[in-house]
Amino acid sequence: MTSFRLGQNAWTAVSGLVRSPWMVAIWPWLFIAIFFLTPFLFVIKISLSEAAFAQPPYLDVVRSVSDGLVEIKLNFGSYLLLFDDSLYLSAIWNSVKTALISTALCVLIGYPLAYSIATSPAHWRVPLIMFVMLPFWTSFLIRVYAWMGILKTNGLLNNVLMGLGIVDAPLEIMHTQVAVYIGIVYSYLPFFVLPLYATLVRLDTTLLEAAADLGAGPATQFVTVTLPQSVPGLMAGAMLVFIPVMGEFVIPDLLGGPDTLMIGNVMWTEFFSNKDWPVASALALVLLTLLILPFVLLRYFERRSELEDPNEAV
Amino acid sequence: MKRFKGLRLACLLLGFGFLYLPILSVIVYSFNESRLVTVWSGWSTKWYGALLENQQLLGAAWLSVKIGALTATLAVVLGTLAAYSLVRFKHLKGQPQFELSTAAPLVMPEIIIGLASLLLFVSMEKLFGWPAGRGQTTIVIAHTVFAMAYVTVVVRSRLAHVDSSIEEAALDLGARPVTVFFTVTLPTIAPAIIAGWLLAFTLSIDDLVVASFTSGPGSTTLPMVVYSSVRLGVSPEINALATVMITLVSVLVLIAGLVLARSREK
Repeated sequence: MTSFRLGQNAWTAVSGLVRSPWMVAIWPWLFIAIFFLTPFLFVIKISLSEAAFAQPPYLDVVRSVSDGLVEIKLNFGSYLLLFDDSLYLSAIWNSVKTALISTALCVLIGYPLAYSIATSPAHWRVPLIMFVMLPFWTSFLIRVYAWMGILKTNGLLNNVLMGLGIVDAPLEIMHTQVAVYIGIVYSYLPFFVLPLYATLVRLDTTLLEAAADLGAGPATQFVTVTLPQSVPGLMAGAMLVFIPVMGEFVIPDLLGGPDTLMIGNVMWTEFFSNKDWPVASALALVLLTLLILPFVLLRYFERRSELEDPNEAV
Repeated sequence: MKRFKGLRLACLLLGFGFLYLPILSVIVYSFNESRLVTVWSGWSTKWYGALLENQQLLGAAWLSVKIGALTATLAVVLGTLAAYSLVRFKHLKGQPQFELSTAAPLVMPEIIIGLASLLLFVSMEKLFGWPAGRGQTTIVIAHTVFAMAYVTVVVRSRLAHVDSSIEEAALDLGARPVTVFFTVTLPTIAPAIIAGWLLAFTLSIDDLVVASFTSGPGSTTLPMVVYSSVRLGVSPEINALATVMITLVSVLVLIAGLVLARSREK
């Protein structure tokens, strides 16, 4: 009888655990904690260690010197190097510049496209937005490769332009910053259009009618009604372009030249060719800081405006 | 709005021209006879034949499909659990932090995820001897980190729209929570789970950067082969491979779109 009771108690305990929300939440939480959050601790640790000709190619920060004696040696050399060598600084600057200009170009091309789809007849909208997403589903690498065939000196674009007599000599677009912009805007346009479309399609049209009744012209209607309402989608889309472009590696590598290096390219070279893991880790942390900074500033200004005007916050 | 019909049409034509012209050019040139990718010398399907004989490419493609399927399955299980706990247990302690952590991989640049994952795997190997070397397992784990975030978003938005009163009714009638999940909740969110699986699969087989960091000798995925052959000089087989992939994906997406449209009509 006792063993039966014990079994039953164990069963109640187990089923209690199964019923507990923690049994559901714990698995994804553990996975993220182990494989997404802790890796950053190792990035920090290795960025502070010294490079070495060893396997793996760095010296541990914590080393046991003799029995029970542990030596901790932090090396900030990798960080100093980043701000000392113009190669790293120009790569960092180039990443910021490329990400900003690419985002602006995505807004210029993507806004009219998203707006046109959102104002199309209802039965056209779903197929149209599906056709915007379709390139996203096809291989990223192959889409960049397609542009290589179009942009190079004897490529499709130059053949067409010269065949039509528009230019006499082939344009040098491949291996320039222009090619990088084209590749990036092309690859990330769907990420911008989708959230913007989602906002535009839910726009309150009665406000537009009201504005029209009050005598606002189409341009005024757009600037005073549509544009302010679409800001959340616009910001979401811009973030989805800006952040991944900052870490971009493939597009500047395939379409760009020696003067279009971005943080991603330098990280890649340091890691795989130079085997300088500490410098690559320090670069990764610089990139991460550059991405977190705008968020923190945004939050800070939001908080401040809430404090200044408590009524508006409610 | 009528006055702008012409302008709208122009925007749509220009936008879609920009999106599809490069893809069309790859498809057309895949039937080019010439070895030189940009010189047209007549129709031929010989590059498709060459593709079928390229053992390195086929092996890499098979490995990518395996990694993609494993990643998608793992990401769907973990992502669904994460979405479920985010929607149903809103007041659980630490939920805001959990929410932030599940969404963070969405915006983390791939190169940082790749580097961080490799450094973790190297350090883990030094500490516990697992994982021994890099290969299929480490790629799957690293891919699951970001694929799971996408699955969570897709499943979560579906779960948020599901009426929880049916689940409560089943619980009132004495069904155990696990039974309720499998008989009531799961069938209603099945379309989102399928969509999430396909999304995770696509993300995994398309990934170059994270796979390059977390792969080892002998585990070369399809994007890695394509990347090195594109870098070394364009081989015309890539056009044929691209066309095959574009066709397959288009057919799958169109079927998925039709199925979703049908289920919406019902």
